[in-house]
Amino acid sequence: MRLRYVVPALVLVGLVVLFAAGLKRDPREVPSPLIGKPAPAFSLAVLGHPEQPYTIADLKGRAVLVNFFASWCAACRVEHPFLMRLAGQGVEIIGIDYKDSDADGAAWLARHGNPYRTVVADPQGAMGLDWGVYGAPETYVLDAAGTIVYKQIGPLGEEVWRDKVAPLLGAGP
Amino acid sequence: MIPELGHFALIAALVVAILQAAVPALGVVRRDRRLMAVAGSAAQTQFALIFAAYLCLSYAFVTRDWSVAYVAANSHSDLPLVYRATAVWGAHEGSMLLWMLMLSGWSAAVSVFNRRLPPDLVATALAVLGALSIGFLLFILLTSNPFDLNFPVPEDGRDLNPLLQDPGFVIHPPMLYMGYVGFSVAFAFAIAALISGRLDAAWARWTRPWTTTAWLFLTCGITLGSWWAYNELGWGGWWFWDPVENASFMPWLVGTALIHSLAVTEKRDQMKAWTVLLAILAFALSLLGTFLVRSGVLVSVHAFATDPARGVFILTFLAIVLGIAFTLYAWRAPKFVSQADFALFSREGLLLLNNVFLVVAATAVLLGTLYPLVIDALNAGKVSVGPPYFNAVFIPLTAPLAVLVGFASAVGWKRAKAREVWKRMRAPAAIAVVLGLALPWLLGHPTKLVAIAGGMLALWVIVTALQEIVRRVRARRDRLQGLTQIPRAVWGMTIAHLGLGVWVLGISFVSLYSVEKDVRLGPGQAATLSGYDFLFQGTEPRRGPNYDADHGTVEVRRDGRTVATLTPEKRLYHATGQLMTESSVDHNALRDLYVALGEPIDKNNAAGDWALRVYYKPMMRLVWWGGFIMAFGGLVAASDRRYRLAKLREAATSGAEAAA
Amino acid sequence: MRRALAVLLLSLPALAAAALSDEQQARYDALIRELRCLVCQNETIADSTAPLAADLRQQVEAQIAAGRSDAEIKRYLTDRYGDFVLYRPPFKAKTWLLWGGPFVVLLFALIVALRFARARKVAAPAAVDREALQRLLAEEYRREPKPDVESR
Repeated sequence: MRLRYVVPALVLVGLVVLFAAGLKRDPREVPSPLIGKPAPAFSLAVLGHPEQPYTIADLKGRAVLVNFFASWCAACRVEHPFLMRLAGQGVEIIGIDYKDSDADGAAWLARHGNPYRTVVADPQGAMGLDWGVYGAPETYVLDAAGTIVYKQIGPLGEEVWRDKVAPLLGAGP
Repeated sequence: MIPELGHFALIAALVVAILQAAVPALGVVRRDRRLMAVAGSAAQTQFALIFAAYLCLSYAFVTRDWSVAYVAANSHSDLPLVYRATAVWGAHEGSMLLWMLMLSGWSAAVSVFNRRLPPDLVATALAVLGALSIGFLLFILLTSNPFDLNFPVPEDGRDLNPLLQDPGFVIHPPMLYMGYVGFSVAFAFAIAALISGRLDAAWARWTRPWTTTAWLFLTCGITLGSWWAYNELGWGGWWFWDPVENASFMPWLVGTALIHSLAVTEKRDQMKAWTVLLAILAFALSLLGTFLVRSGVLVSVHAFATDPARGVFILTFLAIVLGIAFTLYAWRAPKFVSQADFALFSREGLLLLNNVFLVVAATAVLLGTLYPLVIDALNAGKVSVGPPYFNAVFIPLTAPLAVLVGFASAVGWKRAKAREVWKRMRAPAAIAVVLGLALPWLLGHPTKLVAIAGGMLALWVIVTALQEIVRRVRARRDRLQGLTQIPRAVWGMTIAHLGLGVWVLGISFVSLYSVEKDVRLGPGQAATLSGYDFLFQGTEPRRGPNYDADHGTVEVRRDGRTVATLTPEKRLYHATGQLMTESSVDHNALRDLYVALGEPIDKNNAAGDWALRVYYKPMMRLVWWGGFIMAFGGLVAASDRRYRLAKLREAATSGAEAAA
Repeated sequence: MRRALAVLLLSLPALAAAALSDEQQARYDALIRELRCLVCQNETIADSTAPLAADLRQQVEAQIAAGRSDAEIKRYLTDRYGDFVLYRPPFKAKTWLLWGGPFVVLLFALIVALRFARARKVAAPAAVDREALQRLLAEEYRREPKPDVESR
């Protein structure tokens, strides 16, 4: 009968549960709507070889990592040693030099090492826009059919690799 | 030495707070007056200790003591003195100390101005305030100690966030916190009423000025915050429905509802359980705001550096405090039934509707603020809820309030006669309609339906408020006597309502008729906006105390006559390397002209073309004036002599207001 | 590092803006105020100085110039970034409660308030004889100023 006096307490319980759940999440991470969808088409050229085209077709047939990086991006330098290690283990990473001049990108790779099987130049950020990139570094995991199965926002590290990415690749082709 | 002293004062304050919570509570249980009396001296001692800690931190800032980690993180040797003193509340730790200073100050005030209340009620309330102090002091000492030391001691500080190096920031946080924390007094007395089971007109009369005072500070704080954002963020916005803004707006809405329901409880002995609930809610929303702003669960423009441990602590504290409060409410509030009858067409009936709309509006703000969190927690993705949503929902929910306000003084308590009210209201209604229709045209704006509606509502509120003053003056033969005979409570209410009208007018016009433009201008080139020519005269380098600036000059002309010379700046602060846009504004009652300097088109050529943003904002000032007028009305109402002189348990319906 | 890029891009909206008609310009101004900058704290792409915001402004402008409708442009963006970019949440199952909630609450609160008032209403004067009314009023005045003792 006196239920209405209990309502505030019930609302409080609901809010506290909500906030407790909220504390575990990062409000800034925006999940990509492209997960589970085919990677958007693009047509760019290999860095330093404007005559050599690179398109979506070149990404199909095996699982790959597509990593957006740039010479102006500080976090990319943080991520870089880990990518070098992955490359050493034989993981195929395609680098997208995002909104960067070809010369700067090439110089950056020459200085720090090149973990990429192929480096594609995206000087205008056109591919980045279509792929929903909103900062560098971002890494997309594609399966053999060219479907985006995972997206890492920010530097890729040991933990994410072990828990999230490696299982996806293992289950791949 | 001094920082250690401050740290020690905080620990001592915690001990005193524990005494303040425990001893009077025991006194109430045992009905021991002497134990109850400990509450007062404990509250005052606690205030003295917190104040000492606050002075220690200020001293560390003023003397550039980089051994204190918080000082080193938020100050710099080049920082001007005024900003060094106010940098105390420039980040999380120090602002919590300011918060604590306010809380202990309010508690000490309660311990002094309580002569007319039953001692057990005062003792319970002070014990509740003491318990709140324990929570906040533990929070400071365990997760956010401003006196933590740095080792090794850095050579210089990392500087105060340049955004905060602005006069608006000097007074905005103290005002805001006075408001937030001030609601703790109403909260403590609501808890005391629930525990004692006593809730009468005297309780309501005693709670009213405290609530009004907290409310007026909050009103000032929000208004100053809006003004600061407008000047400092550089995009001409004055309200963005950002979580931080909403966190202050929700307690304001509920506090406003509380002020009105307290009137009903005092005058008519009605809506008692509801009033107690609102008193709890106003403070609950202050706590919620603290959690939202400091835990990092939401993304906001001006959030504090966040730390999950702090979020967990505040959430736990919030759950305990409000859990106890609401449980007590569910248990005891059903006792507070009123017997008097209630007519909808009466002042109390209108105030009930006022409460409905205000609380629903606060609910809408809460829903919009938390919705992204809900969707995320359900793993349903991310959504953004921004100004388009809030404007679409909030305006229809609050527009009826403006209509109601007009009846504030014409409709009497108990039961009103529709015919008499109509007789009094038809003139203001006619004026509002006619003037509202004409206003856009008079000011040279295109006719927009929403502007007309907003203008009508605003004028309705303003004209009815003025009518009330005129009517009261006319009621006496001697006009001057009439003016001085108006009780302050009535003056306060009328002024606050007038402020609301001014505010609505400002919002309607600035929202609908603002014009802005991104332009690229070289020296000597001009852009035209709403009949004003903005002539860019180029920039020159200038050196500030701790920054370098490109100092631009923009001459504003209308019909060939110079109206204003604006000097926007682009500043590079040395210590942080942050770029700041310092806008420049020329204003009068009818319009603001606002210029913000973007970037030079060619970075290496500051003498060349620049990207500028220019704004024409009609009636921008009225938004803030309205806020300050409302706060002033609160000040006048809170100072009514009735609150100072009235005897305990005096008949509820005596006051002069009832005769209206 | 990103600042250099910001400078390159900031000039773009101002430059290209000239290409739009007045009606298109108005649409552009309204649209960029409803789109959220993804990398910023909580800002529209109109207000933000971040390079991504500049890119998106440019994109919106180009699409308006190409004759695309507001809905098409919004879909273009949500296809890439999700509903997060929209400050005006779209009306769908997920946001039904958000849009409808306040008005449902208002309706509910009004009903509760009216019922509260009705439950306490004294009988209308027409329904009672004069004497009974007087008695009722007298009783009300006698009772009214007394604080509620019974609640103790």
